Amino acid sequence: MTHAYVGKLLRVDLGRRQTRTEPLDRELARLFIGGRGLATKLFSNEVDPNIDPLHPANKLILAAGPLTGTAAPCGSRFMVVTKGPLTGAIASSNCGGDFGPELKYAGYDLIVFDGVAKEPTVLVIDDGKAELRPAADLWGRNVHETEDILHDQLGRDFKFVSIGPAGEKLVRFAAIINDKSRAAGRSGVGAVLGSKKVKAVAVRGTGGLTAADPAGFRTTCLDVLDKLKNGAVTGTGLPRFGTAILVNVINEHGAFPTHNFQQGQFAGAEKISGETIAQQILVRNRACMSCPIACGRVTAIASGPYRSHGEGPEYETIWALGAAVGVSDLAAATKANYICNQLGLDTISAGATIACAMELVEKGVLTEQEIGFPLRFGDGEALVRLMTQIGYREGFGDVLAEGGARLAAKYGRPDLFMGVKKLEFPAYDPRGILGMGLQYATSNRGACHVRGYMVSAEILGVPMKMDPHTTAGKAAVNIAFQNLTAAVDSAGMCLFATFSIGAPELAALLKTATGFDYDVDELLQAGDRIWNLEKLFNLRAGFSRADDTLPPRLLHEPMPAGPAAGKTVPLTEMLDEYYRLRGWDDQGRPTPEKLAALHL
Amino acid sequence: MPKTLLVDPDKCTSCRLCELVCSGRNADAFQPARAHVRVTIHVDEAFYFPRVCLQCDDAPCIDACPCEALVRDPRTNAVVILHDKCNDCRACEAACPYGAIRCWDDRAWKCALCDGEPECVRFCAPQALRFESADSWPAAARQAYSDRLRELVQEARP
Repeated sequence: MTHAYVGKLLRVDLGRRQTRTEPLDRELARLFIGGRGLATKLFSNEVDPNIDPLHPANKLILAAGPLTGTAAPCGSRFMVVTKGPLTGAIASSNCGGDFGPELKYAGYDLIVFDGVAKEPTVLVIDDGKAELRPAADLWGRNVHETEDILHDQLGRDFKFVSIGPAGEKLVRFAAIINDKSRAAGRSGVGAVLGSKKVKAVAVRGTGGLTAADPAGFRTTCLDVLDKLKNGAVTGTGLPRFGTAILVNVINEHGAFPTHNFQQGQFAGAEKISGETIAQQILVRNRACMSCPIACGRVTAIASGPYRSHGEGPEYETIWALGAAVGVSDLAAATKANYICNQLGLDTISAGATIACAMELVEKGVLTEQEIGFPLRFGDGEALVRLMTQIGYREGFGDVLAEGGARLAAKYGRPDLFMGVKKLEFPAYDPRGILGMGLQYATSNRGACHVRGYMVSAEILGVPMKMDPHTTAGKAAVNIAFQNLTAAVDSAGMCLFATFSIGAPELAALLKTATGFDYDVDELLQAGDRIWNLEKLFNLRAGFSRADDTLPPRLLHEPMPAGPAAGKTVPLTEMLDEYYRLRGWDDQGRPTPEKLAALHL
Repeated sequence: MPKTLLVDPDKCTSCRLCELVCSGRNADAFQPARAHVRVTIHVDEAFYFPRVCLQCDDAPCIDACPCEALVRDPRTNAVVILHDKCNDCRACEAACPYGAIRCWDDRAWKCALCDGEPECVRFCAPQALRFESADSWPAAARQAYSDRLRELVQEARP
């Protein structure tokens, strides 16, 4: 374990205020790679699946992968694994920036938090030395203030993850933010850190990482770099227009969910597109560490009531704070994005929950008296106002802080929640991209696009073009994407690299970096193993086939207009095929033979 | 004419791949702390600035060394450190106004332009780092770069 990995994990017992270093298990590292996979293995070994996610015995793991912090292009990612407070399912939330690499230079591959601290706490790791410090002065501060104060106290070269007021107040979709504006956004991981009274983690290190085969690793890195530079998406589209380049693309396909999925095209799309963002508010690109794509957007709103600066919006964000809520005012949506970054909120769930509230108002089951002000689709001012209320759980924000599923249920219209397993959908209407319907239904963390990004094949034609309006072959491709993505996430690579590279390049990177003799088959089997392990956790937590579904709107209400007009999602046929190809029974339970083949 | 390592900070995207491949080649580890090129990043101001050795014509590090351990490589025009002569006195580190020399493992270390094929340049996707003939870096731009570099180094020193 001397190459690519640090070979150490840090256990933090918050109740006893103790930290302890453990060696990483080499066999487990090979089987589960690192990052998401290895963290899920540790987590499911150690945590009761039926525990309340906000109970002290829930654990939270920050996990870098073997490629994190090496020269592998796009290898900057870390994963947060815990049981999610929004879903009750296994949660994994991914992020880039500088934090993951610095964690490894500071001396650890993973940090496992257990218990709850008696008072607000910061974990400081300085070149292998871990220390828990009281942080009462930081509690209540937003993310930017927290990082600025910690920079002054500890030194400029520290890197941080932290939570904002949203995490402290247990907003069920609170994010963990690093490098000021990078979010491990989804599934409420910030609330779990908040429940443990951990305000921040600060890391700094002068350590280094080696490759098992330096010359082979260098050659592979150059190959990957050149493919990323020359790929249409990674070399031109994302650098120039950011992820929001998708706004016009998805809108033209009639799969851009508008007004809480009542429509599939947004009249104001052009005003919030990646092109418009680049033209009107982009200051500069910002790359995560080791990334030649640099899709991040440093932006500024130069004038008007929302004058401020920050990072974003990304595609999913400008959808959630734009089309989902009917807002075409780019400044208002961007301001709402900045608030999410500062208060520590998942932009997707926040916007989607507000969209749900807007439809509840439209349908007359939620009154504006209860909210305290008008809340109609398209009202950017109300969006900005509510976002702050959610982050601090003030006023009606306290109700919205529970997420869309609980909101819709509270007002007697659970059918108006747009999501799966209580996680809100991101920015694709599966009636226009049928494979995404299967992806949403089967994703282990709930409605999620980045665990098996069918848009890549169905819309972008990478690695091959599939018809978005048919179901043929979707189950097999979705499984292949899910398994590869599990391996990518576990390696510490960014998923966006897979627009230009595939399993052969990833296997070569991992083999030359770690010294494990990975090939494509072993890599994809590791992904399959990780996926099945997550599924087993969810089954033990009480999830069943009934949860692998979509809201009735997407199953039964035909898309009203646009290129996908008349479409619904024929989920059952795709799901049956998916279970069969996975080696699961008709209730979605892995068979004993399947588990044996995966060494689970 | 030997080529020079030319920096265009406006093209930098803050990815720090240069730091990783530099240390990978020159320190046998991916270890930014030991990279000869470092990127200053001020997130709030969207300020990214790769800091490199300028291989000064009139190099204060050469003058400061009591052991004659720093010499000019005539092939590349780089100032290189002869490690068998270095006694870790750190005079060169203190003399460099650009923060281009660091001491590790009882020796001083600096950029030697990878013997004429800088690894950082090979991996810099946005071409903020280039290796070109000295006259392709306009004097005014080079001066502005070195002035800003000196300021950054002074700000960072205790």
